[in-house]
Amino acid sequence: MEAVLRIENLRVEYKSREAKRATKVAVQALNLSIFAGEVFGFLGPNGAGKTTTMNVLLGFVPPTSGNAFIFGSSVRDPIARQRIGYLPELIYYYKFLSAEEILRFYAKIFQIPKKQIEPRIDSVLKLVELQDARKRPIKTYSKGMQQRVGLAQALINDPDLLILDEPTSGLDPIGRMKVREIIQRLKQQGKTVFFSSHELGEVETVCDRVAILSAGELKTEGRVVDLVNAHKCNLEQVFLNIIDYKVAA
Amino acid sequence: MSEITLLSSPAPLARPSSGHENERSCTCLAEWQAAIVNIRAIGALVIKELFRRKDFYALFILTALITLILGSVNFFNEAHVVRYLKEICLFLIWTSSLVIAITTTARQIPVERESRTIFPLLAKPVTRPHLILGKFLGCWQACGIALFVFYLFFGIVSGAREHQWPITQYFQAITLHWFMLGVVIAMTLLGSLVFAAPSSNNTITFVVAVGILLVGRHLNKLALQVHEPGQTLVYAIYFAIPHLELFDMRDLVIHQLGSIEWLIWFGALGYAAVYAALFLLAACLVFRRKALN
Repeated sequence: MEAVLRIENLRVEYKSREAKRATKVAVQALNLSIFAGEVFGFLGPNGAGKTTTMNVLLGFVPPTSGNAFIFGSSVRDPIARQRIGYLPELIYYYKFLSAEEILRFYAKIFQIPKKQIEPRIDSVLKLVELQDARKRPIKTYSKGMQQRVGLAQALINDPDLLILDEPTSGLDPIGRMKVREIIQRLKQQGKTVFFSSHELGEVETVCDRVAILSAGELKTEGRVVDLVNAHKCNLEQVFLNIIDYKVAA
Repeated sequence: MSEITLLSSPAPLARPSSGHENERSCTCLAEWQAAIVNIRAIGALVIKELFRRKDFYALFILTALITLILGSVNFFNEAHVVRYLKEICLFLIWTSSLVIAITTTARQIPVERESRTIFPLLAKPVTRPHLILGKFLGCWQACGIALFVFYLFFGIVSGAREHQWPITQYFQAITLHWFMLGVVIAMTLLGSLVFAAPSSNNTITFVVAVGILLVGRHLNKLALQVHEPGQTLVYAIYFAIPHLELFDMRDLVIHQLGSIEWLIWFGALGYAAVYAALFLLAACLVFRRKALN
């Protein structure tokens, strides 16, 4: 089976502006393959290199060495982003636009035929339950509503791969449940979802496989069931063991 | 949760990898089409933003008020007082257009980076040069619309007083003014990637643009009075800067001295296009490796 997303020997270094300070290695020797229809959890403590890896996948940061491929195209090539949807961790959109205007703007960028734009906007707004607020400027939305606009824009091109950076961060329990339901629904539709999260209970419920990253290095990768069975504890405990976290006595 | 049927993917997404010439040209054509679509979409967004903000309306109302008040007063029973009125109105239009062009453009990229809207945008099949060109197109078109409104108002006010409608002259004046703003916008976009804050970029670009308009044409005369190596330096500046004063047809409009030759007009537009392209190329090169946050 061909991987939807393939990361090969990825290394990302950030050069310090101060001459005397050493170069910071954000990610090193990272190899990952994610297959069609999988929900893949990308875990790690803050500063582990998750967002940097996502930034490479989205073409925001050039890799120092190694490469990554989405549907066989190098992530350096803009065409690789034609079939993906991305939800950033912090949601900020053009506040002078309404939800439907922002979706129309992104639909144009994906070159969705004019006749399909309005039905598609209707369908994604229905999915994220924002039909009633579709004409209101985004600046009047609550945080949960803004997160759902984020999901709607990530889905506007009917992506085959979704990259979600902490999609439930800062949401209330109902908001989290809704996002989780959307991810599960997308999985049922055969979409591939690659997401980072600190909500390990949620990851355990939703993900097929996970990778745990710490200090830029891949510590483990495998099926959630296998990891939980091997360590005989829940995913949170597995995570703490793998990153070698010592609980204070 | 609601039921949904997502539609099928809109465009052929896989990229042909074979080396056949016709396939390569198809891919190239598709990339060009995508670039044009992206640039136009980003440009339309800039226009929408400008007209949802209040800057343009405030400047237009100010210009209209000053001109109308001055136009309603009859100074010293002077028959040619309308020329002064036209001069003041054109001065206000030039100042307002520079303020709109510079302030609108200077905040485009920094605000995208600061508010992080650049991330979901560049996560789409949009490249950094598309973003730069889209911002340029949007600001330039928005300034074009603003200029049209300003000149229409000017034409109506002066036409009502003089009973003359030199359409060709107005057309040349507005197009030259618009292309001059294109150079200023491209320069401001480059400045927004070089300078840390939009406010410093606003100030520096405004000073440079006004400086060129006021003293640009005199630099060669100044060079003659300076000793080496200053002379070479001043000459270098004289030949390197875009001479924005070449686009100023205000005196011709005020004193009704007729239009300029079309070849000169066309050459001036080409001159502006070359400078704008150079500034945009520099902006794309600077932005290519720049961190997004």
